[in-house]
Amino acid sequence: MKEYTNQGSKDTRSGFGAGLTELGRTNPNVVALCADLIGSLKMQDFIDENPERFFQIGIAEANMMGIAAGLTIGGKIPFTGTFANFSTGRVYDQIRQSIAYSDKNVKICASHAGLTLGEDGATHQILEDLGLMKMLPGMTVINTCDYNQTKAATIAIADYEGPVYLRFGRPVVANFTAPDQKFEVGKAVHLQEGTDVTIIATGHLVWEALEACKELQVKGISAEVINIHTIKPLDEKAILESVAKTGCVVTAEEHNFLGGLGESVARTLTLNNPKPQEFIATNDTFGESATPAQLMDKYGLNAVAIVKACEKVIKRK
Amino acid sequence: METQKLQDIVSQTRRDILRMVHKVNSGHPGGSLGCTEFLVALYNEVMTLDTDFKMDGANEDLFFLSNGHISPVFYSVLSRRGYFPVEELNTFRLLNSRLQGHPTTHEGLPGVRIASGSLGQGMSVALGAAQAKKLNGDDKLVYTLHGDGELQEGQNWEAIMYASGKKVDNLIATIDLNGQQIDGSTDTVLPMGSIKAKFEAFGWTVLEVKEGNNLEAILNGLKEAKSLTGKRKPVCILLETMMGNGVDFMMHTHAWHGKAPSDEQLANALSQNPETLGDY
Repeated sequence: MKEYTNQGSKDTRSGFGAGLTELGRTNPNVVALCADLIGSLKMQDFIDENPERFFQIGIAEANMMGIAAGLTIGGKIPFTGTFANFSTGRVYDQIRQSIAYSDKNVKICASHAGLTLGEDGATHQILEDLGLMKMLPGMTVINTCDYNQTKAATIAIADYEGPVYLRFGRPVVANFTAPDQKFEVGKAVHLQEGTDVTIIATGHLVWEALEACKELQVKGISAEVINIHTIKPLDEKAILESVAKTGCVVTAEEHNFLGGLGESVARTLTLNNPKPQEFIATNDTFGESATPAQLMDKYGLNAVAIVKACEKVIKRK
Repeated sequence: METQKLQDIVSQTRRDILRMVHKVNSGHPGGSLGCTEFLVALYNEVMTLDTDFKMDGANEDLFFLSNGHISPVFYSVLSRRGYFPVEELNTFRLLNSRLQGHPTTHEGLPGVRIASGSLGQGMSVALGAAQAKKLNGDDKLVYTLHGDGELQEGQNWEAIMYASGKKVDNLIATIDLNGQQIDGSTDTVLPMGSIKAKFEAFGWTVLEVKEGNNLEAILNGLKEAKSLTGKRKPVCILLETMMGNGVDFMMHTHAWHGKAPSDEQLANALSQNPETLGDY
């Protein structure tokens, strides 16, 4: 089993900020927009270095999405920054018509996704955004797992033509992927080789999947762990090859089971090689106020829950 | 261009609108007819443009149609100006056509830079395009057209606030003040008070064109609007138009917002608008 070391916990949104700062230095077409959340999105370094390429929109997300669409017409590559809730549900029709249907090269960068936003509660904890974005034709959907991967993804999507939804979070979490990694949109990352069960995880659940893998090994269960950072387009080949070997799968995401990664994986399996699957996801519910760790425990989104799901799905083989 | 030549294009455009909508028994003739003079003037006399269409529109004036349901007039004006063959007007709203019910970039129709139809989004897009022009050192202008009823959509007011707050002064937004919307007059559906006072309160320079179906009045208004750009304020034209203009039975009513004429009504309407440039 490969060893993954936490290089020092950081928030994924700081990875976005660092990636954006680097893009500011390397790509003159990159511009950034924010709806009154510069600090939360870690955009200040980009702004300090490129004040003329930053647009403070104010608390007006619908206008921000439209302005971003318009900026692409002049050859710019706009990165919008606000919370995931305000990046998707609040502005769905603007994204649908002015960005997705209009084929505009906008990068919608969304922080504070999911339960781990914590104490602010359900008004801000969107658990439906992956589904919303996944359903838009032509939209690429990415959910990164740590600081290093978020930074690499931010840099990579600038050169990836077309609308992209990049989802990351608020809390400080383990930073374990390589700082110099090459981020390939749509390409799954194998983190552990195993034979008994495949764990397909995205976002903050990837580290939990690795922790679960260690616990399962103690129990004599060999788990394969795949980091699916790109939910659309989905790396179906990687999933099918792994499940052909293990014969069952657990998907893990900080999202409603409706519309999330798990449903995309289930469709892939149903069409090609039906196998038992368990879903680590929220169960058609809103979140609530508490610390991130308390919420992930209450809603069953951690290593403990993944271990149980693996044991259950193996019995269903 | 002489006013008579523009008037000829107007007459032909009205025929195109009526015939397109009649053929597929759907579409929006009322608002299209009301804005015919404006769009003919804009595309044939005012804007610097290249009909060899490029999405980025560098060093060209740009136009964004926010009230996308008046696609018939937009398509006719674009094709008569040379963006695509006029014969393609025959495909309006048909399967596999580039002329969708509401304009889109999705099918690659030359002259269209954004999809519109879901109302209230065009000004935001225009602001982005205008700011990109400033970043690119491109001194050309961005024009938009919006319905008056469309201003009931809140996103407009986000954009209107932003435009003046950020001094986007290379933008000329025109509001089609025809006083009508689907369910009736704007005053009965949702009274908006003084649109002029609202734009002025939001920090815009506002021009009024009382005769919004008179080519000379439109050209004078656009000329004045252009002279007011570059002065750290966005410019708005309140264009008072008659919905259904040029067809007597389509005027003074909101009934023709989204309704096609019958065979007899088409013949009557066409008889009021002579064929000047050849029907498609």
